[in-house]
Amino acid sequence: MTTPHEPRTTHRLWLFGDNVNTDDVLPGKYAPFMVGEDVFQNYAFAHLRPEFAREYRPGDLIVAGRNLGLGSSREYAPEALKKLGVRAIVAKSYARIFYRNLVNLGIVPFVSEEVVSAARDGDEVSYDIRTGTLELRGRTYRLEPLPAFLLAALEEGSLLEYFKKHGDFPGVE
Amino acid sequence: MTLAQAILSHKVGRPVRPGELVVVEVDHAMTIDSIVPTVIDRLEELGAQPRYPERVSLVFDHVAPAANVNVAEAQRRGRDWARRTGVNFYEVGRGVCHQVLIEEGVARPGALIVGSDSHSTSYGGVGAFGTGMGATDIALAIASGKTWLRVPESVKVTLRGRPRPGVSAKDAALEIVGRLGADGATYMAIEIHLEGGAEEAFGRSERVTLANLAMEAGAKAGIVAPSGEILDLYEVPGWLRADQDAVYARELEIDLTALAPRLAAPFYVDNVHALSDYAGAEVDFVFVGTCTNGRIEDLRAAAEVLRGRRMAPGTRMLVVPASSQVLQQAMAEGVLQSLIEAGATIGTPGCGPCMGRHMGVAASGERVVSTANRNFKGRMGSPEAEVFLASPRTAALAAVLGRIPDEEEVAP
Repeated sequence: MTTPHEPRTTHRLWLFGDNVNTDDVLPGKYAPFMVGEDVFQNYAFAHLRPEFAREYRPGDLIVAGRNLGLGSSREYAPEALKKLGVRAIVAKSYARIFYRNLVNLGIVPFVSEEVVSAARDGDEVSYDIRTGTLELRGRTYRLEPLPAFLLAALEEGSLLEYFKKHGDFPGVE
Repeated sequence: MTLAQAILSHKVGRPVRPGELVVVEVDHAMTIDSIVPTVIDRLEELGAQPRYPERVSLVFDHVAPAANVNVAEAQRRGRDWARRTGVNFYEVGRGVCHQVLIEEGVARPGALIVGSDSHSTSYGGVGAFGTGMGATDIALAIASGKTWLRVPESVKVTLRGRPRPGVSAKDAALEIVGRLGADGATYMAIEIHLEGGAEEAFGRSERVTLANLAMEAGAKAGIVAPSGEILDLYEVPGWLRADQDAVYARELEIDLTALAPRLAAPFYVDNVHALSDYAGAEVDFVFVGTCTNGRIEDLRAAAEVLRGRRMAPGTRMLVVPASSQVLQQAMAEGVLQSLIEAGATIGTPGCGPCMGRHMGVAASGERVVSTANRNFKGRMGSPEAEVFLASPRTAALAAVLGRIPDEEEVAP
């Protein structure tokens, strides 16, 4: 699997609560086709955490509670995060369209109650997407692997990349 | 088998079970003005053309007419693409995508429709499996004619009896979302059965409202079991039925005869309350429209309240018909006349200010009563605006009273 950032370096953890919706991730009025393809990512979490887009550094880890990404199907919400350098997210659970969009864009959607419960905003965290390990507050967590279908897609970078290469979806059997 | 299983089994050609991943042919893929630029980017990246152009629709509704130059350029790109590829194209003013696909007969019982808009669950109102996806998923569906889905478990909701006068499908839909919660049906389908008079009380329009708001409980699809008016309007395939022994993740029954008007208070759709919890709160802006409640039945309900009355001083009202057909019918019936005489104004058929981009966004400190489907912080403009979701009747009353009405005032 691709690891665009150096594994095992330390990143900042950004903690979000339950039910963070896609209007929170990127308000509708800052859609790329409203403000421009080059700048829309600067409005990520514009209402919820106005400092986020400015202070986020590639590889920093977003950790969120239940039902992350509910609401609008807007793929440009996770795309804004990807443009800022997000490669993985850990949440208690995801809204289904947001989850699909993450896989399609190549952001790894890890699920872990434990990590989210232990996390504090601003924590230092290190993680390795390839091995699914995460170190936080002196503890090492093993993140649950994704279903084979999605893993096959993410191993090519994203579902889009998989389709480009193979001309079809990964096998489902 | 549940209705969701029945539809996906029919598409796959063998019985499927909840939890399994399937790759299925879709009957139709839909996209919209705000998403089509990304869909075109993805198709270009794949070097792909629409596999079945006749099974693809592009609808201009989300910021239509264009509000600025960026949007105008994006829409021009969409128009050019539609002309070049031969996909079905619906111009500015034709209406909200979901309403258009229903009026055009694309949405029909048993169809599998994917759309780049989360409220694609709406097609379930006519007994279709409709589901929302992102731009890449839709691009892949357009390129291949297929998509991947996890066969969902289902929550069974039974609505029983005839609602009291003044109580509508919107109130029932909010009650469902309030009871299930915003993630109560995530990854699942909500299967709605109308019984004991509800099947006659709720026609196609009301069923679409129910299926539309299933999304707000996180559902992949909201499917209303075909009955009543649906049997008159469509040929319903024999295989499209839920078995007596179908297994559900959860079952919920709502007695419509005892249901009172509901509203969703800021900033979550599952923050559902009785009107009395907020009655008397001053209202600045009333919006009637959207894929949830912009059909002729909804405009009639608003006009019935407004006929011979005036907006309260300091309160303004915008009505946006869900489609050009709705607009024409409202004109023919004198509904527009009643709305305009009362002081409301009419917008171009489409999504209107639902997602806070144009045509009447809300300022900080303003309170809005809307018939739409979302009230998230900042949804309709300023993050300091408050949006309450309610039925067209409740919304129209708020406009003439200048405040959120009480339960007794909503009863005719």
